[in-house]
Formats: sequence, C-alpha cells, structure tokens
Amino acid sequence: MRATSVLYMLAALFALSLPLTGIYPVYAIQLLCFAMFACAYNLLLGFGRMLSFGHAAFFGSAAYATCWLVTARAWGPAAAILAGVLVAGLLGGVIGAVAIRRRGIYFAMVTLALAQLVYFVCLEAPFTGGENGLQGVARGSLFGLVSLKSDIVMYYLVFGAFVAVFALIRRVVHSPFGQVLKAIRENELRAVSLGYDVNRYKLVAFVLSAALAGLAGSLKALALGFATLSDVQQAASGEVILMTLLGGTGTFFGPVLGAGIIVTLQHYLSDLVGGWVTAIIGAIFVVCVLSFRRGIVGEWVALWSRSGGAAGRLRRLFRPDGR
Amino acid sequence: MSEIFGIPVAVILGQLTLGLVNGSFYALLSLGLAVIFGLMGVVNFAHGAFYTLGAFAALLGLQWFGLNYWLALLIAPLLVGLLGVVVERLLLRRLNGLDPLYGLLLTFGLALIVEGSLHQVFGSTGHSYPVPQSLAGALNLGFMILPLYRAWVILASVVVCFTTWFVIERTRLGTTLRAATANAALLQAFGVNVPVLKALSYGGGVALAALAGVLASPIVLVNSHMGTSLVIVVFAVVVIGGMGSIFGAIVSGLALGLIEGFTKVIYPEASNIVVFVIMAVVLILRPAGLFGRE
Amino acid sequence: MKVTTAAMVAAAVLTSPCAAWAAGDEVVIGDIDDMSGVYADVMGAGGVEAIKMAIADFGGTVLNKKIVTLVADHQNKPDIGASKFREWADQNGLNLLLGGSNTGVNIAMAKVAAAKKVPYFAIGPGGASLTNEDCTAYSVHYVYDTTALANGTATAIVNAGGKSWFYLTADYAFGTQLQTAASKVVESHGGKNLGAVRVPLGASDFSSFLLQAQASGAQVLGLANAGTDFSNSLKAANEFGITAKMKPAALLAFLSDVHSIGLQAAQGLYLTTAWYWDLNPETRAFAKRYFAKMNREPTMDQAGAYSATMTYLKAVKAVGSTDPEKVMAELKRTKINDMFAKGGYIRADGAMIHDMYVMQVKTPQESKYPWDYYKLVKTMSGEEAFGPITGLCPLAPK
Repeated sequence: MRATSVLYMLAALFALSLPLTGIYPVYAIQLLCFAMFACAYNLLLGFGRMLSFGHAAFFGSAAYATCWLVTARAWGPAAAILAGVLVAGLLGGVIGAVAIRRRGIYFAMVTLALAQLVYFVCLEAPFTGGENGLQGVARGSLFGLVSLKSDIVMYYLVFGAFVAVFALIRRVVHSPFGQVLKAIRENELRAVSLGYDVNRYKLVAFVLSAALAGLAGSLKALALGFATLSDVQQAASGEVILMTLLGGTGTFFGPVLGAGIIVTLQHYLSDLVGGWVTAIIGAIFVVCVLSFRRGIVGEWVALWSRSGGAAGRLRRLFRPDGR
Repeated sequence: MSEIFGIPVAVILGQLTLGLVNGSFYALLSLGLAVIFGLMGVVNFAHGAFYTLGAFAALLGLQWFGLNYWLALLIAPLLVGLLGVVVERLLLRRLNGLDPLYGLLLTFGLALIVEGSLHQVFGSTGHSYPVPQSLAGALNLGFMILPLYRAWVILASVVVCFTTWFVIERTRLGTTLRAATANAALLQAFGVNVPVLKALSYGGGVALAALAGVLASPIVLVNSHMGTSLVIVVFAVVVIGGMGSIFGAIVSGLALGLIEGFTKVIYPEASNIVVFVIMAVVLILRPAGLFGRE
Repeated sequence: MKVTTAAMVAAAVLTSPCAAWAAGDEVVIGDIDDMSGVYADVMGAGGVEAIKMAIADFGGTVLNKKIVTLVADHQNKPDIGASKFREWADQNGLNLLLGGSNTGVNIAMAKVAAAKKVPYFAIGPGGASLTNEDCTAYSVHYVYDTTALANGTATAIVNAGGKSWFYLTADYAFGTQLQTAASKVVESHGGKNLGAVRVPLGASDFSSFLLQAQASGAQVLGLANAGTDFSNSLKAANEFGITAKMKPAALLAFLSDVHSIGLQAAQGLYLTTAWYWDLNPETRAFAKRYFAKMNREPTMDQAGAYSATMTYLKAVKAVGSTDPEKVMAELKRTKINDMFAKGGYIRADGAMIHDMYVMQVKTPQESKYPWDYYKLVKTMSGEEAFGPITGLCPLAPK
C-alpha cells in the first residue's frame, strides 16, 4: 500500500503546484472535470458492467441547473453546485428506474433514447436558452468568503472536488455495497438466488454515478461560465465512454488517464488538424474495441501481472479487487 | 373545410401525409437494423452513417460521373452493401463470442470515423440533390400540394419493406437466415456456410440503409450529420417494435411517423420527443416491445 | 500510472503555447466565425480574406509592430466561440476580435470581451440585443442589425400590401429578435401578426413547418432566418406551392443567398443591405480587388470586415497604443468615411450608425451582367434605420 500512497502523493503535489508550471488553468479545470465525469461513469461501466449510452444527460442537466440558479435566482456557487448534483441524481433515479428493466444492449439503447429526450427538453424549454444555452454565469464567491473569479482559485476548488470524488469511488468499490455490485456483475442470477435485491443495487449505483457526473458538469459550467447543448449532446456521452474504455474500465486511474488523453487531444489536435478530430477519435475507439479492450491501465496491469514477483505485488495494489 | 377539435381537417391530413413520408424512412431504417440485429445480434450504431454514405454516393455519383437518380438507386446500395460486407469480415467478425456491447461500441466508433471524415471533406452545410425529372411536379391533393417525389418515397419504401419481409418470412432463403439466428452452430453442422450468411446479412442490412439515403437525397440536404439524430429515433422505433421483429420494425416505423405528424399539429414542441416518450411507456408496460418475442 | 500521467502532462507543458506573450511586439487580430456551416458563405473564408486585405492596405504594421491574424471556426456553438476567445485573450495577447455570424455565439463572445477587456467588432450577427441588453463597453455592432432589417424590409412589404404575416423563425437569438422587430414594424403600419413557428437552426426539411404557415392563411410568409436556412426554406416554399398564395419576405438575405437561389426564384424579393458592390465607383473598386482573390463578389459582411479592421488600425495609430480603453474612446469619437460607410459613427451603445439600403431583386431580364442582382428602392439614413437609443443598454441612457 505504501508505494501507491507515495505515487498518489507525488501526483497530488504536481497537481497542487500546477499554476507554477504555466499550464493554462482553464484547460486543467476542463481536464479534471472530464476526469471526474469519466470516473463516475466507470463506477457504472467498469464496476457494474452497465453500459449507459446517455450519461451526458446527467452531466449536462446539472450544468443547466447550476447555471440557471446562479443567473435567474442569484444563488451562490456552493448551493448551485449542490442543487446540480441533486438534479442529476434525481434524473438518474428516473432514467435508471426505466432503463434497469432491461439488460445489456437494451439497457444501452434505452439510456440513449432517454438521454435524447433530455436533450430535446433542454432545447425546447423556455428557461434553458435553446441553442444559445445559458451564458455569462458568474462564479460568485464560495460561501461568501472566497471569490472564485481567479482561474487559479477555481482550479483548486475543482481539484479538491476531484480528489473527493476519487476517494469516494474507491471507498464505495471496496465497501460491502461494492462487493455485492461486483457479485452482480460476475453472475447476476446467482446473486438473485442468494437473496439480493439486484435491481435496487443497480439503481443505487446508477443514481450515484449520475450524481457524481452531475458534480463534474456543475463545476465545469461554473468554471467556464456557460451551459450549452453540447453538454447534453450524444457526442459528449460517446466521449466519456471512450475516455473510460481507453484508460481502462474497472481500474481506478484508467478513466483519469483516458480523460487526460482525450481532452489534450481535442485541445491541441483541433489547432493542427481541425475537423479531423472526430474521425481520429472514432479510429481510436475502433482500435480500442478490437485490440485494446482492457485500456491503457488495464494492459499495463496485465503486463506486470505476467511477470510475477515484485510486479505481482504491485499488481495487487492496482487491481481493485486485490486478487 | 371542416374541423376536428378546432383544427382544420386539411391541416391534420397535410401533416399526416408528411408524417407518412417520415415514417417510410423510419420503417426502411428500422428494417435494416432489425435484420442485422435479428440475424447477428449486433446493434449497428453505424446504421446512420451508412444511410449518409448512400446519400453521398448518389450525390457524388451525379457530380463526378453524371450518374442519374435511377442508377444511383441501384448502385449506391450495392456499393455500400459491399462496404458492409468488408466491415463485417474485417472488423465485426473479430468480436465473435465477446459481449455484444463491444459490437455496439465498434459500430459507434465506425460511425464517428465516417461522419467525421465526411464533415471534414464536404463541410457541414447541406448539398442539394435535384429531384429527378420524371418525378418533378406536384399532386394537388385538395388539402395540400404534395410534391410527386414524396409520394414516390412512400410507395418505394412500402414496396421494399414488404419485399424484404416476404423474403425473410416466406422464402427458403429467409428460413435459412432465421435458422442461423436461432442456432448458428447447428445450421453450420448441416453444411450451410454461416459466416458468409452473416456477412451477407450485414451487407444487406446496410444496403437498405443506403437505399433510404438515396431516397432521402432530393428531400433533405445531403450533409454529414443527416444520419446522426435519425439513427437515435430509429433505435427507439426498433425498441418499440421489438428488437428482432421485422414486422414490428416496419409497422412501428410507419405508425410512429404518423404519430409524429399528428403531434406536430396539436403540440409541435413535443414532436421531437414523442417517440422517446412512447418508447419509455412501452418499456414499462411491455419490455419486449410490441411485437417482440422474449 | 501516475508516472505516465506525469510524463504526459509534462509533455503537454513543454509543447503548449504557454503565456509566452508575443504581445509585446505584435498586434494580434482574431476572427471567430462559422467557417463550415449555414453561414459559411456570408462571411467565412471571404471575411478572413477581407481582413487580410485591410491589413495589407494599412501597411502590415502599426506602431512598428507586425500585425498577426488568428482564425477559428465556432461551428455555431457558443461554447466553442467563447472558449476560443478567452484562450486567445489569455494566451495569445489578442488585441482585437472580429466576430462572424450567429447572434447566439456573439452574445457569448461579447461577455468574454467585457471580462477580458478586448475590443470586439461584431460583423456577422444580426441580433439588436448586442447594443441593448447584451451591450458591453468593448463591443461594436458594425454592419447591420435586426432593427434596421425590419425597418427596411418589413416596411417596404407592408406598404406594398402585405398586411397579415406568419413567421418561419430560426429558433435562436437572431431569429426571435428578427421576428420581434418585424412584428413591431408590421403592427405600427397597420398590419397583423398571425403567428410563428420555430425551426431549429440548420434544419434540413422545412415541409412540415411550411404547412403550418400555410394553414394560418396569412398573406406574407416572414422568413426570420438567414444563410442556407433562408435559401432552403424559400426553395421548399416554392416546391410545396406555398408561394403561390403567400408572399415570401426575405427579412435577411445576403448577396451569396441570392446567388445560390438564382434570380428566377428570388426575383422581386425586397431586402435590406448595408452595402452593395455595385453602388458606386469606390465600392466597385474594392469589389474588383476582392473578386480577383475569391472569384465571388463580396457580401456586406465581407466589406464590413475590411472596413472594421481599417477603422480599428486607424484608431490605434491615432492614440499611439493598443490600450483597450483609449482605443474604444477614440473609436467612439471618430467618423468613418470609407468605401463601406460615409459619415458613419459609433454610438454610445456600440452601434455603428450608417446608411442602409432597401433593395429589390431584379428579374432575370433586368439583370445585365453577372452578379447584377439588386435595384435600389430606398436609402435610409442611419438614424432612421437603426432607430433611436432605446435605453436598454446601461451605457447609453435615453
């Protein structure tokens, strides 16, 4: 365990000193928000094996909720973010309740269709600003004490939230609840025969994943100052799937790495290759599915585990189920 | 003219007619999806991309080779179908035996590649494709003027859908295909070349999508995103009809087009979401879909 | 994994365009526009060319600093436009932003202009809110707006007998503002507004919306949209026989639209424009140079982009610095006299007041040479076209 802790601390130190490195803070904030989104998504896909194809609905609806509360009702940032999380969680409960009635492919398609419904609501509803979205959202000051106007202060807030989310997910996965979820993932029928209310566990996982995705959405919207249709569009759902897949489903750091790669690609590639970014992302998707299904982190772990010994010890540190 | 609930009959009939045109597209596309899913268990997310490819094939065929509409109707589905066979052999086959979710993800990636490339090369504005001379002009239906071409779309879709249904449900070839769905290994033991059958099914399914694309070209503007939002609606249609049911796909497609048209009259803002709401309701009351068998 | 991430981020740091301020020895002019979507022909690549022409004509340098251009495609998405603007302001030392089409995106960018204190010339968008509720101390609305369009086109049509209107409105800021402006004009001239239907931006099939319009029984089909939306909805209206009973009103039409629709379909349409290539010898001279590069005649936006760039550079030279407050103060003092506007000036709310022209599209017989599309119906003075200060902008009380 000590090696992991040291590595985590090093990463945290680097992240804390980010402003000194001259990296554009807004870009770092975006990266962290998507990393949070991907981690939340991984809770469902990696640890619950439920492929939701419409997770952007939670990310985006929280973004809209937060922005609307700040602009139309002059709420402070903390309350608005909390409200965003609640909205996403509630929506997760509603969509989850319908979607969980089916499994596998059907589940995916239902989430896809219901997310599209959310998209159209965001498009048509009078208070969401239609194609313009909600603009000019002031960051305000946290609890009336700390002004969030500075990009660097905002960055630290987002980083703090990210650490909290990451720790929470680890805690959930290692908890008894997480163990049952794993059992359901491995063999649902057996879990049912053991007396577990499988649907309830799945729904809780779904709602939790949705709420955390909402947190990421609220933070991103507050940091950038707007919520637009891009946040609830199908493309965003697809991107988070790719981030998780690329990084490694079922690992803790995989989604973070995946998010980092995709956000960086989009940021810098779009200057170089313009519109080819979409096609390139599609190609990465295809390659991942064909020959890279464990993702970068997953493949790394598998590589290490093949050579037992010290590597085997490290392997135990990184494989979430400690096998 | 007379009115129903305060809305002129002419208006209702007009929107229903347009709804029937949309429904024809839904039916054709869900038919292809149902064929592929029924026979291969693959949810073809790239269906919209193949639809777009069909439209582009017609457009480019005209611009580069002077290929007229009628030739495009034949050649575009053939070309795209061939591409589908290649995709199945090279890519999808590698996912045999794995969780079907991977098939969904792979086709999703394919869709991104196709649409992204088309967007980059051809821009995102639509390109207009001319209505063929023989179908120019309009019919005066009394309650509206209907361009002749749209009437043709309805006719063509119904014919294609019925023919496909007939082949699958009533012919020897169809029986073989259905047997392959039920138990591929057993069928292979009987000497039927199942892998080839699968490749052809995928090719056939996407050829249907491409045909829909060609039919759509004179109506909508040919652009890289024409398939993206359409395919999600089609998924919902297939879920409503029942994932493996050919008949369900056709009937639901047409019916939902009509329902959408009707919604445009009474509550236009909801016309985009009515399909999804119906899907949610069907799922709660009858999870297998209206005509599904599970 | 942490090592991998750390290495990756390090690589990003080393290759990223960190705040390396070239701002010291360069003047950076940016253009964020719709380069590939429904409005790509209106300003788009031609607008970029016009900006470069202005820079070259000015001499390529100002205050002994080289002038550099940055270009980006906002894809009609407010988040992309706003993010790009913010990034250029933070990382690239942006001195001036020119904004292309799409009111929604420009409203978002105006907010960034205010936050980052960067002068911002909105060339492409139409929404009059840019000089009303959404005005800022750093934005200038240069070419045209929905008020001027309505005052020109709607007035002409109502006076020609079109008393009852139904609108086909592009469902975003521009469309709704244009519809509101036109409705006001119609009512003030004794006409009636029978209703409207909202159409998503970039819709590909207008048939069901047009049927709703026809059901209203109005005399005029008000097309509150632009770019390819406008040309496609007009084409569909012809196809479905709607134009036989309803007169189409082109509330915003550019030269590029008329060119793509063709005179056969567009003849007789009234439209309002800020500039036309064939107005006078000066405009023709500019158009000739532009045509040599782009093989098309310039639209009012493209000419406006040239004029705006020139005006900014002249102001910078006059105050001897790129300091945003000083430049904005100078801009609001000067008169603009070039091939684009005569006696134009920038009002306290940011509106550039200049003459607007009501035109009618010629019939194929009346057109004598390529791009000979318009005949002048009426010249409106700037004050008449843009109307008085409404008081909605805090910077310009009534």
